[in-house]
Amino acid sequence: MLETLGNLALGFSVALSPPILLYAFVGCVVGTLVGVLPGVGPLAGISLLLPATFGLDATRAIVMLAGIYYGAMYGGSTTSILMRIPGEAASVMTCIDGYAMARKGRGGAALAIAAVGSYIAGTVSVIGLMFLAPPLAAFALRFGPPEYLALLLLGLLVLAYMSSGSMLKSMAMAAFGLLLGMVGIDQMSGYFRFAYGVVELGDGLGVVPVAVGLFGVAEILATAGQAAPPAVIKPRLRELLPSRLEWRQSSAPIARGTVLGFLVGILPGSAHVISSFVSYAVEKRLSRRPEEFGHGAVAGVAGPESANNSATSGAMVPMLALGVPSGPIPAVMLAAMMVHGVSPGPLLIQQQPALFWGFIASMYVGNVVLLILNLPLVGLFVNILRVPYPFLYPAILVFSILGVYAVNGSVVDVWIMVVMGVLGWLLRKLDFETAPIVLGVVLAPMIELSLRQSLAMSDGHYGIFVQRPIAAVLLAVGLTLVLMNLYTFARRGLDWRARMAMAERGEDSS
Amino acid sequence: MTTERVSGVALALLAGIVLEECWRLRLPLGTLANPGPAYMPALLALVLLGAGVLIVTLGRDTTPLAAVRWQEWRHTLAILAACAFVALALERLGYRFTMALACAFLLGVVERKGPVATVLFAVGMAAGTYYLFDTLLRVQLPRGPFGL
Repeated sequence: MLETLGNLALGFSVALSPPILLYAFVGCVVGTLVGVLPGVGPLAGISLLLPATFGLDATRAIVMLAGIYYGAMYGGSTTSILMRIPGEAASVMTCIDGYAMARKGRGGAALAIAAVGSYIAGTVSVIGLMFLAPPLAAFALRFGPPEYLALLLLGLLVLAYMSSGSMLKSMAMAAFGLLLGMVGIDQMSGYFRFAYGVVELGDGLGVVPVAVGLFGVAEILATAGQAAPPAVIKPRLRELLPSRLEWRQSSAPIARGTVLGFLVGILPGSAHVISSFVSYAVEKRLSRRPEEFGHGAVAGVAGPESANNSATSGAMVPMLALGVPSGPIPAVMLAAMMVHGVSPGPLLIQQQPALFWGFIASMYVGNVVLLILNLPLVGLFVNILRVPYPFLYPAILVFSILGVYAVNGSVVDVWIMVVMGVLGWLLRKLDFETAPIVLGVVLAPMIELSLRQSLAMSDGHYGIFVQRPIAAVLLAVGLTLVLMNLYTFARRGLDWRARMAMAERGEDSS
Repeated sequence: MTTERVSGVALALLAGIVLEECWRLRLPLGTLANPGPAYMPALLALVLLGAGVLIVTLGRDTTPLAAVRWQEWRHTLAILAACAFVALALERLGYRFTMALACAFLLGVVERKGPVATVLFAVGMAAGTYYLFDTLLRVQLPRGPFGL
């Protein structure tokens, strides 16, 4: 404990030095802008700005990139709440209730709850990262392929279960996403699958073009031609203060989201995306009025926003302690650290304590900077979105294309984005959710690899998934969700989610 | 015809295409104990097929297809045309020229804004983003003829 505090003091002496403070601030501002701009998420933002750090020393570069990462997580909520366009994939869930709150005139309160929730989650999770990293990392190390497969399947089932429409349709979308994730070279056999001679498809469909297409471009396609395009809801500064009831409604979801986000964050996968999905599902299930979700439930903003920011710190645990990235963004961060001659892993803390603890301390500082940026300056950031829509959507399109192109420097990614945009637009017309597709694309390679590794471990016996306790428990939870859904369907024909979907369409569900 | 039935049929068709492609590309299916590269796609295609059939079966009394509104289709087509143009021209004409043309098309032709606003926005957007990303941040963006 004393040693940790001593190390943290060393970290603060590094993080509070003017040059580091400046780069943390620049990273947070740029990250918030990256998050605010729809279509340019943290992955594209970090990838885009990585070359800009080549001239800096390792500590400054890493502090700035980390600032961009969690700045984007903060900023992503702004467009989600005010425009129903997620700034990045983890903000998808915030769109649902955040935008509904904004339409009720509570956009400012939603932004404040998201910012405060993100601040609390960010700060608490850094404490978690500091004190709990070793035992939590040790627990995650007990996960073998069967446990990973069970966890990933559970993530998809939870996502399908919590959808406001039909679980069947959400599962179909998840399966479709998994199929899209199968495009490219098979990791085990080397076979090209569904690539049709396009070399760039060998590495599979990128998450960035798929997410930007399904959410950014599809939104533009659906709204650009409307007689009254979606106005950017403009909260005034005095509207930023949530009511006492809203604070009360958000406190427990923030606490749950923080813990859940951190725990999900340390496990492999697209942690901040999964954590926000799972948090939304948990809040919906725990709510006494689940029918409010989708119509401006405070918990639907507080939980997911806290969870995705908490997951940002959680994702750093395996990356810093083990040198193992838990998702695409930590992978880019890892690459960035290696570019600067830093090798994350067990020896990092011993060999470069100033860098490690300076990085940890800069996360505390960054959270304070972001709270300052996101509350009083939200009006300033929102001004970007106050540009008339006929000017705004071409600009969003330019940033979307730029962000998608810059990740790999490939026009194929631009085509993928366009195709996904059309698909997302059509699926919206047919009342399908598109979030499970993105999750499916992210998880597909991991699910397939885990399945095949598990079977290789067990000589082809599927019993391995029920013989190992962690995997068995995770699968049992997933099966319970499916059975609960079947039960409500068999008993009444419609469960609360189906009735809610009908109510949204203004139909009588009685 | 309802939206559910149309989407159910589409999912079933997609599943059929995936299964047919697995066979056409001669991807080994493997065995239950030792899955090959076609195993997961085929399994997922079967899940999609099952979901499609269920959606068709249960989707009798849902929203009629005719009730779906497509009033934005002209804008949608125009935006898609602009995107397709960018994808085709980006590495041929260069970033600045391509983006300027695409923005000018969207603003001047689709949104019918005045020529001054259109030109200012198109040139400003193309040159500004190029300067920010390529010049300042050193993200290599494609150049076209004459280094544009």
